Amino acid sequence: MLTKFTGDLASKVKQAQDQLDAHVYETIQWHFSESTGCPFWLQKKKELKFDPLTEVKNFHDLQKFPEFEDEWLRGGPVTRWLPKGLEGKPAYVFETGGTTGIPKSRLVIEDHWIDYENFSDTLPDESFPRGSNWLMLGPSGPRRLRLAVEHLAQYRGGICFCVDLDPRWVVKLLKKGDIAGVKAYADHVIDQAVTILTAGHDIKCAFATPKLLEALALKLMDKGTSIEEVGIKGIFAGGTEFTPQWYRFCCEELLGPNVYITPTYGNTLMGLACGKPFDPADNYKITYHAPQPRAVIEVVTFDDYNKVVGYGETGRVKLTTLTKELFVPGFMERDEGEREKPHDKYPWDGISGTRPFHVFAKTTTVGVY
Amino acid sequence: MLEIPVYRWGKPYESIEKADVVHFETGEVLAKVHQANAGQLAMDMRHAKRARDLLRQFSIDQLIEMTAKAADYYLNGTLPLGNGTQTPADFCRMQSATTGLPEHMCAANMKKNYFVLTHMREVLEALTRGLPLEILTKGYGMESRGVMLSYQANSPVLGMVLPSNSPGVHTLWMPVIPLQIGLVLKPGPQEPWTPYRMTEAFFKAGVPRETISLYPGGGDVGAGVIEHCPRTMIFGGQATIDRYHGNPRVQAHGPGFSKMILGDDEADNWEQYIDLMADSVVMNSGRGCINCSGVWSPRHGKEIADALAKRLGPIAPLPMTDPNAKLAAFTVPGVAEGVSNQIDEGIKSSGGTITEVTEKYRGGPRLVKQERCDYLRPTVLHCTSSDLELSRAEYMYPFVTVVDCPQNEMLKRMGQTLVCSAITKDPKWSQELLDATTIDRLNIGPLKTIALNWLQPHEGNIIDFLFRNRAFQNSPPPPH
Repeated sequence: MLTKFTGDLASKVKQAQDQLDAHVYETIQWHFSESTGCPFWLQKKKELKFDPLTEVKNFHDLQKFPEFEDEWLRGGPVTRWLPKGLEGKPAYVFETGGTTGIPKSRLVIEDHWIDYENFSDTLPDESFPRGSNWLMLGPSGPRRLRLAVEHLAQYRGGICFCVDLDPRWVVKLLKKGDIAGVKAYADHVIDQAVTILTAGHDIKCAFATPKLLEALALKLMDKGTSIEEVGIKGIFAGGTEFTPQWYRFCCEELLGPNVYITPTYGNTLMGLACGKPFDPADNYKITYHAPQPRAVIEVVTFDDYNKVVGYGETGRVKLTTLTKELFVPGFMERDEGEREKPHDKYPWDGISGTRPFHVFAKTTTVGVY
Repeated sequence: MLEIPVYRWGKPYESIEKADVVHFETGEVLAKVHQANAGQLAMDMRHAKRARDLLRQFSIDQLIEMTAKAADYYLNGTLPLGNGTQTPADFCRMQSATTGLPEHMCAANMKKNYFVLTHMREVLEALTRGLPLEILTKGYGMESRGVMLSYQANSPVLGMVLPSNSPGVHTLWMPVIPLQIGLVLKPGPQEPWTPYRMTEAFFKAGVPRETISLYPGGGDVGAGVIEHCPRTMIFGGQATIDRYHGNPRVQAHGPGFSKMILGDDEADNWEQYIDLMADSVVMNSGRGCINCSGVWSPRHGKEIADALAKRLGPIAPLPMTDPNAKLAAFTVPGVAEGVSNQIDEGIKSSGGTITEVTEKYRGGPRLVKQERCDYLRPTVLHCTSSDLELSRAEYMYPFVTVVDCPQNEMLKRMGQTLVCSAITKDPKWSQELLDATTIDRLNIGPLKTIALNWLQPHEGNIIDFLFRNRAFQNSPPPPH
């Protein structure tokens, strides 16, 4: 990979790779040492045919681990994921999915704060003015996103206003074909947002999902106003529905030139991948870069999850999480996309064109909020 | 490369996302169709009222004249298509290449659309039961018999979520523009050809561009059409029909389960009607909801099935350009095989009550697999019982069940039927058939199920769907 780049970018890429390798070594030592590791990995170590402490020295060595299974994240006790080195600290549990059966959960202490503080550094102050208040127009309940966005607002000196939104209820409505019920619930959520935005809270920044942002913008237009007129200057949004065409539509028709929007890609396990800075030459193409070295995204072939596809080629998203709170080697995401080259700001691989993994796409209910 | 843009109230919009429309036999990309997103539709629907306002600047009579001109352009003209143009021959070739329908059937569908477009006055007179058409424009008016009438449009536009596999359905929306209602069309992914060609024909004939939108796109766009248009026609399977059952905003069209039934009085004359039956099954490659999928008779079921099988069994795939081609191709991988397996499983589990009769006349398997498409050859099943689901099945190829059933049991057992051709002279049974709400279009007499009279309503009268007959007074009523 290193030979493909020249000059300054090549040295940045090498530096990032060296930093990642060192981070991997440090993370493995933490999670597999009897004094600091979590019960889950200490137990798993006994089943492995290799010793992670001595045989995993860099990122490539992580391929020695078997494929990470979704099921390992379901059910209790959730404290099996708590590293001994962090015992005694106040902990959160965040869930994903869970419309039916036991949801996957992740124990978190401060990771969501760290991830969003790092993300904060990528936001332009002119569009996300420090000290201004935020609207969180996304899922509530046992979701990481709600507390993470709230922390982001507080970290930047503001207060976060939230709505009630239960995505599991929406999935239930969709599964029984109750389209009117879905519409009524979406209206209920948007009504909450409109009330907050028009109540004099001086909100200038927002998180929103594409669907909700679209519905909010249209609702405000129906009321004779707009996202810009109610005072919003900057929005970050995420999800596979944030396509290049939607990005363009959003910029050109929903928001106008004075409201900044940036795409993000993330989940409870990874944190937040940032979009490559907007460049008109990209024609709204969206490229994400994971928050390395805390998390790594690889685009791998569909038949061999240890083999990265070539640049520009399509593959499935493989996620590795490497924080002190969580170690997840090679989690196969339910998304696919194209591998992208490192960027000056993010000198490691990126991914574009993220969309539901084609094998699951027909049976997955996406973008419910 | 031919590129076809989104039309937002007639204005071309070039999207970043494009979908390839591919020749099913060669894999050649015939066109790139720009994809809309649901938000655009929601945004544009804020101007839906303008479509009706613009159309009401013309009288319905003027729009009928434009429609007749549009018919000529559609059938004979070279019309714009995205960044290119399209002749009628191109149209047939392209439609055949993406839908799998033989070219001569595409040409026949063009003529059918032409017929409806050029007979619009008669169609509207019939569907409105002779209503003075200015009442629809103005909202009220006096009938010649001195009765005040008022009709109010339920929607300024009609949404259409169109299918990919059945170009025959387009006649349904032809009366909409002359009725001064705008169109919001979501073309089927494999059949953008008719909606775009008709739209261009309307524009060339003088219909304002701002009255028609075309939003090719994914499922979210279809859902958006239904959400934002106060009246929408959609096409789908039985699940779609069930989902929108009772929803006054949506008219769902799906399988027809159309049938020919023989009464006790005519069953012994079955041989006279075999040609009618065979044509009803095989025309348009059996793809339409009006194609006959069931022949029900109190006697001679075995002989009827055998005679039908003898006629239909030998029909085999021919090139799309062959004027004798009777079979359309299945262009979506796995569909034909899935259908064929389903039929085999149904026969196997029927305990001997269902038998395939076509096999012996076919000289080969039902499923014909080719490199890039599949065919299903005509299939006639004889059912000695109507208890099993397969005896009432409908598939999108020449497939028919011949069901043994006593006359007095038929209405109870045959279920929902879009077109029912009843061969009987029995007045009592005829009355029962007339009273049966499970039958939509009823033919009494030796009529093909596919022989539609365009002056009759189809699955509900479009006038009743688009307009509301309500009370209006501008003077006191007579004392009472």
